[in-house]
This record gives sequence, C-alpha cells and structure tokens, in this order.
Amino acid sequence: MSRIPLVPESDIPLPGLRSDHGLLSWIASVDHKQIGIMYLLATLAFFLIGGIEALFIRIQLARPENSFLAPDTYNQIFTMHGTTMIFLVVVPMLLGFATYFVPLMIGARDMAYPRLNALSFWLLVFGGLLLYFSFVGGGQPVAGGAGGANGGAPMAGWFSYAPLSERPFSSSSGSDYWALGLLAVGIGTLAGAINLIVTILRLRVPGMSLRRVPLFVWMVLVNGFILLFALPPLNAALVMLLVDRQLNAHFFTPLTGGSAIMWQHYFWAFGHPEVYIMILPAWGMISEIIPVFSRKPIFGYEFVAGSSVAIGVLSFAVYAHHMFTVGLGHPFNAAFSAASMLIAIPTGIKIFNWIATMWGGKIRFTTSMLFAVAFIILFTIGGISGVTFAMVPIDWQMTDTYYVVAHFHYVLFGGTVFAIFAGVYYWFPKMTGKLLSEKWGKWHFWLMFIGFNLTFFVQHILGIVGMPRRVYTYPDLPGWGTMNLISTIGAFVLAFAVLVFIGNVLVSLWRGQPAGDNPWDAWTLEWATTSPPPVYNFEQVPPVRSRRPLYDLAHPDNPDWKRNR
Amino acid sequence: MEKNKLGVLLLIGSEAIFFLLLIVAYVSFRNVDTGGPTAVSSLDPLVTGIFSLFLFSSSFTIWRAGKSLLQGRRAAFQGWLLATILLGLVFLAGQAYEWRSLFAQGATINTNLFGTTFFTLTGFHGLHVLAGLTALAIILGMGRAGVDFQTAHPAAVESLSLYWHFVDVVWVVIFGVVYVTLLV
Repeated sequence: MSRIPLVPESDIPLPGLRSDHGLLSWIASVDHKQIGIMYLLATLAFFLIGGIEALFIRIQLARPENSFLAPDTYNQIFTMHGTTMIFLVVVPMLLGFATYFVPLMIGARDMAYPRLNALSFWLLVFGGLLLYFSFVGGGQPVAGGAGGANGGAPMAGWFSYAPLSERPFSSSSGSDYWALGLLAVGIGTLAGAINLIVTILRLRVPGMSLRRVPLFVWMVLVNGFILLFALPPLNAALVMLLVDRQLNAHFFTPLTGGSAIMWQHYFWAFGHPEVYIMILPAWGMISEIIPVFSRKPIFGYEFVAGSSVAIGVLSFAVYAHHMFTVGLGHPFNAAFSAASMLIAIPTGIKIFNWIATMWGGKIRFTTSMLFAVAFIILFTIGGISGVTFAMVPIDWQMTDTYYVVAHFHYVLFGGTVFAIFAGVYYWFPKMTGKLLSEKWGKWHFWLMFIGFNLTFFVQHILGIVGMPRRVYTYPDLPGWGTMNLISTIGAFVLAFAVLVFIGNVLVSLWRGQPAGDNPWDAWTLEWATTSPPPVYNFEQVPPVRSRRPLYDLAHPDNPDWKRNR
Repeated sequence: MEKNKLGVLLLIGSEAIFFLLLIVAYVSFRNVDTGGPTAVSSLDPLVTGIFSLFLFSSSFTIWRAGKSLLQGRRAAFQGWLLATILLGLVFLAGQAYEWRSLFAQGATINTNLFGTTFFTLTGFHGLHVLAGLTALAIILGMGRAGVDFQTAHPAAVESLSLYWHFVDVVWVVIFGVVYVTLLV
C-alpha cells in the first residue's frame, strides 16, 4: 500500500506532549494538541464558574419573594453567567476541539500559525481573567450610582444594552471590564478563526479535496468565516462603548443625540451570527459521531456541507429578529421574520441527514452516541421554539420572558453542550489514550438528560404565563413557585451530573481502559495515529482517496473510492 | 495562494467590516445637530487632501519596494521602503496638525456627535497607519541587518504590502465620505 510521506520536520523543535512534562512545556507550548487541551481545560474551569453562577440564580428563584441574593448582586450574577457561558465556554470550547482535531483530521503537522494559536488561547485566558477581575476591581462607588457596594461586576446583561450600560446608569467600572475583557477574547478568537481557515485551506494532505474533508472540518471552516465577519461588529460596538464611557463621548446616549438603537443593531449584527458560531462546530461533531456509531457513511454529505454555507450567509440577514419590539416598522420586521424562517430550512435539512444516517444502521449506543441522539431531540425542540420567535406577534408576546430562556438553553445546552459531551466521550481516548468509563458515562448521560429537561422544560410554561426573565424575584402567583422549584431541583441534578462527569474523567485518567489507536473503528485521519498522537502527529499519513480513508485502508478489496466512482 | 498572504487577506476582510461600521456610525450621525462644531464648520478638505496625497503615493512606493526585492536590488528595496515610511509619517503628522487645529476650535471627542464619530473613525485609521509603519520599520531594520527576504521570508513584504494598500484604500473611502462630500 502506497503511503504519502509527510512534510519535513520543522527546523525549530516545538515543545510537545512527550518531549517535556514540565509546566513550562505547556505554558510555552505552540503545539496545537497542547493548546487544544489547554483550551478545553480553561473553558471547563469557566464552565464550572458559570455553572455555579447558574446555581445561585436558581437558588434565588427557588421560591417567591426569596432574599438569597440582593437585586444588584442578582443582576451581576446573571450578567456574568451569560457572558461567561457564551464568550468563555461555548465558543472557545468548540475552538479548542477545532484546534486539537482539525490539523489531525486533514493530516497536517500543526496549525498554519502555531505562535498565533498560542496568542489566541492566552488572550482568551487573560480576557476571561480581566472580566472576572471586575468583581474586585470594578467597585469604586460613584456618588449616586448603583453598584459599588456589592462589588463591581457588570450588571447590564450579556448583551449590555445602551444606555443601561452607559456611565449614568452603570457607574461602577463593571461595564468597562466587560468591554475590555470581551475585546481581548474577541481579538484572540478572530486570530483563531484566521488560523483555522488558513490551516484548512492550505495544509490539507494531498488527496484530501474539500469534497473529502470530514464534516467537522467543513463546519469549522464555515464557522471561521462567520467569526471573521461577525466579530468586527462586536469589536466596533465595544470600542464605541468604551469611548463613550471613558471619554464621555456620545455614540449610544440618546440624551446628547446618540442612538441606543445603534448599539442594538451593531450588537445583534454580531449576536445572531454568534448563535450559529456556537452551533456549527457542534453540528460538525454530531456529523462525525453519528455515522461512526451507526456504521454508515453520513447521508447526504453535500447537503450537510452546503446547508451550512447557506446558514453562514443567512445568519447575517436575520439578526433584527432580536429587535422586533424596538418598533422599526412593519416592512423591516416582515423582512427579518421571513429570513428567520428561511434559515430554519437548511437547519432542518441537517436533522434529516442525521436521522437518515442512523436509519438502517447498526447503531451502537455508546455514551457518545447517547449524547448525540439526545442532541438531535433537544436541539429540534429548541429549534422549533426558535421558529416561533420568527413570528413577530409571538415575539411581541414572549420576548423577555422565560420562554426565551427555555428556548436558548435548549439550543445551547441541549444542543451545543450535549454535542460537546458527545465529542468528549468520542475523542477523549484520542487525546489521552484512555477510554472514559461507559458505566460512569451512562450515569452522567441520564442524570444530565433528566436534569436538563427538569430545569428548562417548565421554563417554556413559565414564560407563556408571563414570568419575565432577569427579575431577581417574583410574586407568589399560582404555579410559579412550584414550577420554579422544579427548575431549581433540575439545576442541582445537572450540577450533580457535571460532578459525575468530572469524576469519570479523573477515574478514567487514573485507571481507564487503554484506548488503542482507533477504539471506535472510525474512518477519519485522526484515528490513524497513536493515542495520544506524537508531537509530529503522523509518521505517515494514509492515502486519502475518499471521505473515509481508514475504511479504505481496512477494506482494500472494497474501498469507498472504488464503489463511488 | 501562499498561506501568509491568505492570512493577511482574511484579516483585511475582517478589518474592512470594522471600518465600515465606524463609517456607518459617522454617516448616520452626520445630520444630527446638537450644537458645536460640525464637519462643515471645522474641516478643511484642501489641507487634508494635500497630506492624503502622501499616503496615497506611499502605495506606489511600497509596490516599487516589492518589485525591487523581486529583481534582487536590495539598495533600491530599502530605499523605497524608507520612502514609504517617510510618506506615512508625513500623513500622520498632517493628521496630528489637523487634530490640533480642531482642538483649538474646541472640537474634541466629547464635544458633540461630530467629534465623537470623527475622532473615533480617523483615530482608528491613524492607529492602523501606525501599526503599518511599525511593521515597515521592522522589515526595513531586518533588511538592513542583512536578512534575505527572498529566501527566508518570501511572502513577508508582499503580505505587508497588501495590508498597507488596505490602510490606504480605507483612507480613500474615509476621505471620500468625510471630506469630498463637503465639497458637493
């Protein structure tokens, strides 16, 4: 069997997993695998912090008229929860997976710009620390202003609407830390996006055309382009907010002629593409995992890839459905309503692709597959409640209620986070050489599935009966206390599930079953090397003549490339 | 396409959106009059036009620098690079002069919306010029220290040149939107 020799070794030796075990070998690393693992660990830490904040929220809301948290503190906690989960957990965790696996999946030695890769990661870490420093550093009390007394974390919500986020209404420096932290993270993410796009477009092994790359790589590529064009609106808005706050300028202050609506336009021009940034790589993971555990190639590869490109383009044309209540006029609302319903079509296509892949397959219900299947169900629920928001009258009724909270948690937690766990169970053996325990894994899955639905399903109903989001407490209306208590209990079940997961990771690292190179009998290139891969990734990359190079290798008599032309 | 050039092109695509939004902010507030200095009352298209010519012509000199490098004429390469840096510096000096005269008229970033949007837009462009000049100075320094770009960093000058053209084009747009519209 002919094998394609790899590109020659780099002249400068790069620190790697096996060359040196000291802490410095990690901090100074420019190896994509080490940086990928550091991404995952850092975002796991932020996930735990954001999760604890969520528990505080749920404790406060467990019963009516509760006084566990003061109103100001509550505002800080929900702002930090949302900001953390979106900017410091979901987006960078997906980037971490991409950083680790994209070079392996395309048979490359490393990312296109290894040093830039390290910079992206460290900007994330220090941007996150800057944001969290607001709890101690942001609290200078200003005469007549709120904040101060309870510490200075930002409290204007994760989308930080002006003029609430402006000096007169947020006088502590929390919003400054918020903007600065996100700028740092945003610049790092932008660099990461450029790095990933160039890696995918330039470093693929010979034979791996864009029609043959794994779908995860396709999704990361589309995601990279969305990031590239969605982050500048955020950065521009953040810069303008900082200029307003620090230099007493007037961009978003209506009192001096500025426009608060402009903040909303700029923020959501980033914010809605951001929603797809947070789901596309997750779709990519699902598109890798479901075929492997169904023992069938993905159904309609071209449609999964093509519909993602459609989503990438459309994602910039739907953002104002976040602004239906602003009063921009019927033609404006109608256009964005139509575009928002339109984008559900390429999204729905993928659901059918995954179901058709499983149809007639020899399904293996590993923990990874369980999370993947649960993803399809929960994401579909979140997607459907999302389409309801595309209808302007329903949006007017439901906006800023718990129905919204339920909707985006079904998409982001039931969707992305479940996909991430599917990915963790699938790829942990490759990263560490040890399998995660399936027994612990099943416990983790079922606790998480039950806890998740307990927490968030009732929130649909709470929203429909009118409970507004972002209020620190609520009156004792019929059913509200009970439903909120159910939600709080669910949140603690979820927290316990996360503890089970961490236990699983620790126990499996300690005495897990050795994984071997390819424990799932998968077909993409990352499984062709050892677990964990050596610093240089591959001694030789197998020839790529179809979408499933390892299948071809294992079935020389009946390879994919012979059957499909 | 060479990977470093591709990376710079992607960066340029992203930066273009960033500047587009700053320009949109300038334009959308142009007709909001809350008193104080305005574009009409305080900007001088002629003077700015003159120092803009220095920036525009620097696109020519950096192109010559790249050509000379390809032809292996190192002295010419360094000369054109130096010319590019000097032209960029003159532009920045012109901008500093303009800002000073605006300050003298009482127009600052917090005076009114014109000041806010004008100084943010031109300030960020100036920062990008400064970043470009820094990179040019590094390339020039490396060239003088004897680095052979043709073999060691074949795409470096061309990538930087792409970025420099971009900074130039952004100024063409800003000059058109902010200054030329004052004349018609």
